Amino acid sequence: MSASYFISQLVNGLRLGSVYAIVAVGYSIVYGILRLINFAHGDIMTIGVYVMLMLMTTIGMPLWAVVIVSVVVSVFAGVLIERLAYRPLRSANEEATLISSLAVSTLLQNLLQMIFSPQKRAFHLPEFFSVRHDIFGIQLSTMNIMTFVAVAVIVIALTFVVQKTKIGTAMRACSENLDAARLMGINPNKVIVFAFAVGSGLAALAGLMLAGEYKTIDPLMGFVPGLKAFCAAVVGGIGSLYGAVLGGLVIGVAEMLFAGLMPTSVTAYRDAFVFVVLILVLLVRPNGLLGQSEGGRS
Amino acid sequence: MESKRLRDCSLFRLAVFVVLPVLIVVAMCGRGNYYSAMVCTFAINVLLAASLNLVNGFSGMFSMGHAAFMAVGAYISAFLTLSPTQKASMLPGLPQWLTNIQIPLLPALLVAGIAAAFVAVLIGIPVLRFKGHYLSVATLGLIVIVRAVLDNSDSVTNGPRGITGLPNLATPTLIFAVLMVSLFIMYRLIRSSYGRGLIAMRDDDVAAQSLGINLTSKKISIFCISAFFAGVAGAMWGHNQTVISGQFFYFNMSFKVVQISIIGGMASLSGAAVGALFMTFVPELLAPLESGFNLFGMAIPSLYGISNIIMAVFLILVIIFRRQGLLGSSELLLESWFSGSTYTSLFKKSEYQELAAAIRGKFNRKQT
Repeated sequence: MSASYFISQLVNGLRLGSVYAIVAVGYSIVYGILRLINFAHGDIMTIGVYVMLMLMTTIGMPLWAVVIVSVVVSVFAGVLIERLAYRPLRSANEEATLISSLAVSTLLQNLLQMIFSPQKRAFHLPEFFSVRHDIFGIQLSTMNIMTFVAVAVIVIALTFVVQKTKIGTAMRACSENLDAARLMGINPNKVIVFAFAVGSGLAALAGLMLAGEYKTIDPLMGFVPGLKAFCAAVVGGIGSLYGAVLGGLVIGVAEMLFAGLMPTSVTAYRDAFVFVVLILVLLVRPNGLLGQSEGGRS
Repeated sequence: MESKRLRDCSLFRLAVFVVLPVLIVVAMCGRGNYYSAMVCTFAINVLLAASLNLVNGFSGMFSMGHAAFMAVGAYISAFLTLSPTQKASMLPGLPQWLTNIQIPLLPALLVAGIAAAFVAVLIGIPVLRFKGHYLSVATLGLIVIVRAVLDNSDSVTNGPRGITGLPNLATPTLIFAVLMVSLFIMYRLIRSSYGRGLIAMRDDDVAAQSLGINLTSKKISIFCISAFFAGVAGAMWGHNQTVISGQFFYFNMSFKVVQISIIGGMASLSGAAVGALFMTFVPELLAPLESGFNLFGMAIPSLYGISNIIMAVFLILVIIFRRQGLLGSSELLLESWFSGSTYTSLFKKSEYQELAAAIRGKFNRKQT
């Protein structure tokens, strides 16, 4: 095994991890406030991708406009789901909202299958994205570079929003203690809608990166990456922004190194491997790598 | 004299809750393969949801990994009931002694259940230390892990192609007999001191612990028992469908079981029956929508997946408006089924008098 092969696997892992990180951030901010695993998060990603596909193939819009429209549609979908399926359950226990999100996920998957047929479809980005660049001896496509830049921009922007703006302060207050925040005059519904909007928009962006990499899309494509992204959020320490990013990168790199370096007889277990990593990390650090108090263990 | 309410009369219970369901099942089985297959699916769904309720409804954990235990049960039982020639050609990787034995379905069910319970112990010891959502995600992970093993150990499981040609041994009679015995065991279990301990743990684990309940052993043991019945149900499912492969035992299957258990009511064993009634027969009724049909001369195009969508919406509505499920925590049928007085009432004169009084009372109330 040569060093360059290792490095290319590492870069692939970081690329995949960046996608997980972007989805995990969405999971994490929603979970931080509502204690809700939004299973439909991965399917919102799928919606975003299908909107992009439709706009590109039928209308032929330029890519930047396609991305903006798809993010807007995803944000709208996320907020709508929150309004219809999660807000009526605000006072319910954790399991009720979990089930509700599971039902929403089934609903979206079947809806997408009904509208777009269950078949796989080709998803081609313009040639420009797959051009290879040689940076310090490492081969990177434009898409890879844009993914890394996007993650960096998103983290910086979200840090600014969470630390400096009024809504960010309200978000931190809500994830600390929802009831106390309400007593301080914060409208939790506004904060929650904002969290869902941010998460859904990020999910659409992550969908673009995932679909651009795999070149095919199908109505069920979002669920398993969504689940892995949740694992990433948990591994990093759920509720923490940097934790989600770190967890995403850890899971992505671990998955790609496992797939690339292990003998072929075990590489088919890569999906299973992610969950094994999750269980191991939780056993050692019940609150995740960067998590603080209030863990998942009794 | 204040007479008993009609539904409290043992004879009435016998007629409505015991004889009537039996007659319906027998009648449906007599109407041909389509109906008897549906009744079998229903019975297996009841067993799955009831065993899931043991964990989710009675002990306050939230597992979603039932499909994994089903898969273990189905594959293990298939190893035992397939003929040696089938095994030799399809599953060359099996050890010689396993290839050579072939046993009837009933002992195979038992072994399947034990194997599933064994897997539950293995996975339960690390995973059951997690709480709430973490446990749910870890059990989902279990499904992914089991699926990966099934799809990749080609020589033992025939890979993603799965195992075909299972002997069709799961007759309606056998399935219902197993279901009844299992329900009886589960019912006695949750009414025992062990079951009361479970419910105490669900309601307040700290208080339960302070009263001397060992949470860890309770959690692991109930997880095991639940997995045992899931394994049995999976084995019956396999022998009913005669084809098994990893893709059947994936998220969809698990979510369906969770859905049944939620709709019926998690904290009730008979809730599983009510939920299964909905989830088995309503999608069948909605099936025409999937393939398109004619409504008053209007051609409705085929809507692939519409029944899943309707069931998902129904689930959301149940969660929003009746969080505890249709039955909540009350038991509907099992008390009548599993108490001796229901059956001895046939031979007691006083029971007939009570029934007559109750019917009379009903009529009198209507008139006034």
